[in-house]
Amino acid sequence: MASVSGPLGGLAFEEAIPDILGEAPTPRRRRRLRFRPWRVIIMTLAGAYFLLPIYGGLKFSLEDLNGRFSFEAIQNLPSAPGFSDAFWLSMRLALATLVVSTLLMVPTTIYVHLRLPRMRRVMEFVTILPIVIPPIVIIAGVLPAAPLWAKSSPYLLSFLYVILVMPFIYRSLDAGLSAIDLKTLVEASRSLGGNWLRTMTSVILPNLRSALLSAMVLTLALVLGEFTMASLDLWTTIPVWITQFNTSSNGHIQVAASMLGLVGTWVFLTIIVSIDRSESRRSRRKAGTL
Amino acid sequence: MTHVNEAPTTPSTPGQRSGGSKVELDRLVRVYGSVRALNGFSLTIEPGEFIALLGPSGCGKTTVLRQLAGFEQLDSGRVLVNGQDISNVSAQKRDMGMVFQSYSLFPNMNALNNVAFGLRMRHQRSAQRLKKAAEVLEMVGLSDQTKKYPHQMSGGQQQRVALARALAIEPQVLLLDEPLSALDAKVRAELRDQIRLLQKRLAITTIFVTHDQEEALSMADRVCVMSKGRIEQTATPAVLYRHPNTAFVAQFVGVSSRVPSRLIGREVEIFNQRCAVRGDEDLAGRSDVDAILRPEDVAIAADASGIGFVTHKSFLGATTRLVVQVGETSVRVDIRSDDAEDLEFGDRVNVKIIARDVLVAPHVDATATP
Repeated sequence: MASVSGPLGGLAFEEAIPDILGEAPTPRRRRRLRFRPWRVIIMTLAGAYFLLPIYGGLKFSLEDLNGRFSFEAIQNLPSAPGFSDAFWLSMRLALATLVVSTLLMVPTTIYVHLRLPRMRRVMEFVTILPIVIPPIVIIAGVLPAAPLWAKSSPYLLSFLYVILVMPFIYRSLDAGLSAIDLKTLVEASRSLGGNWLRTMTSVILPNLRSALLSAMVLTLALVLGEFTMASLDLWTTIPVWITQFNTSSNGHIQVAASMLGLVGTWVFLTIIVSIDRSESRRSRRKAGTL
Repeated sequence: MTHVNEAPTTPSTPGQRSGGSKVELDRLVRVYGSVRALNGFSLTIEPGEFIALLGPSGCGKTTVLRQLAGFEQLDSGRVLVNGQDISNVSAQKRDMGMVFQSYSLFPNMNALNNVAFGLRMRHQRSAQRLKKAAEVLEMVGLSDQTKKYPHQMSGGQQQRVALARALAIEPQVLLLDEPLSALDAKVRAELRDQIRLLQKRLAITTIFVTHDQEEALSMADRVCVMSKGRIEQTATPAVLYRHPNTAFVAQFVGVSSRVPSRLIGREVEIFNQRCAVRGDEDLAGRSDVDAILRPEDVAIAADASGIGFVTHKSFLGATTRLVVQVGETSVRVDIRSDDAEDLEFGDRVNVKIIARDVLVAPHVDATATP
């Protein structure tokens, strides 16, 4: 049978159809949560699993040696021998790790997304290795090979922490980049005269804010809690200090330090999320929608 | 490396540009693996001209645009703007405004800052660039949306902001990469008119990529029909429709029916009627060909002993399109809607070729299994 051609012949019919779906405002539905017993059971079990140890630690850190409620352990923490040195070392290492990992991973991930999309699977595989390979294997391999000047500096740990946080930073950035039309945004910026630096700072990074912030939180949480590498490299970070602190004198201080690390990370996370939310709210307010 | 506009021109008031730039694409070749996306593509676009690149998916039209924008490297060939070879000039120095299919507004900036972005890259003072951006937004009818962020605007509004952003820098060439295809029909028609009006007012050389023939024919000064990385025909919409050079163009542009026919000298026999052959298609030695018939090349009349019968009927407003089955051949026919009222599915009709001449192409057996 002879064919009837005109590949777009039906366009007139399509045009006659109003795009009702595209224009209609989406009604906001309020979902009422219905009581379901299994939900309550799961939530209770999960809550107990996470909260009971924290409650135990918090309770113990808020007791004196006689078991009475007291802030003594927390008050004595800053003056505990070696604590402030360990605290500042952990902070410096966290900051250095943040800077190095951001400088390394942000351009790399963007480059892979833009120019080497086929390498994303390879990147996913490579960046998951630090989770598969125990930290003890990494530090045991690095220490004999590292030059003396590197071993004598605590910042060697930062470079190792960069490897440790890679899975979290990469996944966070990967998710952030997948959520935007990176290629088109970059091309739009470049066609408007933006060089690579301006494109990065004015277009890409502002749109990766949430991804970057979550990457930062994960990095800080991981670095502030890392024990194995710091211990084997003979640097007293907070986790190492906690294990080395003389428990016979006051175990409450030790637990108080652990709780402080936990609460500190939580506070930092809250601050970052608040900044992110207030930025979004400010944008909306500027646009006159709030 | 040659730099066109090392320091990009400082734009003046929008709408005051006197003329566009001449663009020459010289034997462009671009190969992706085993696929030749562009196969010696050559085209000259006159200053201020609006040209549409039309073709099916994968014909290379977007590749041409991307080569022109500087987003991809050529394998061979040259891109010249006003006689200057810009083949090796980076995208940010080409001074071309581009509107993408997917809007591509910067989500972190409001409409005003999106439009002002290109001016910021040209180191214009803040007050000056915001004033200019506001003017251009007003030009596209969005003066009340300046503070809105992309996610707070409709698709049509976003695309108008994207257009304003591309125009704000007063580029040498405006590149439109299927800018209307993501919009609904009503907005698409409005924006189509707006783009055309602005293009005429600014007299900016514009290259518009589309797979929608209606858009191409209604907007462009000339339409370049592409297939397999090559140009099939470049002509004004009227010429393209009335005098297609090839069967591909005839079938791609407008609606047509392919009817198996017999070639007798310079005439073709269709439904036992003879008609002159148009064009100079080399069909030496062939007797079986396909005639390419436009709906208006054919007339029908109700006749109980007619050779065909109506199989489809579509109301298009002033006209109604009928599909008439003649033997194993389907023919599309447009008739006045008033005349079509009496015709129903299955009604017998007589078919008459009323065209002075028709285009013919080598016969393709549509029933043959590959």
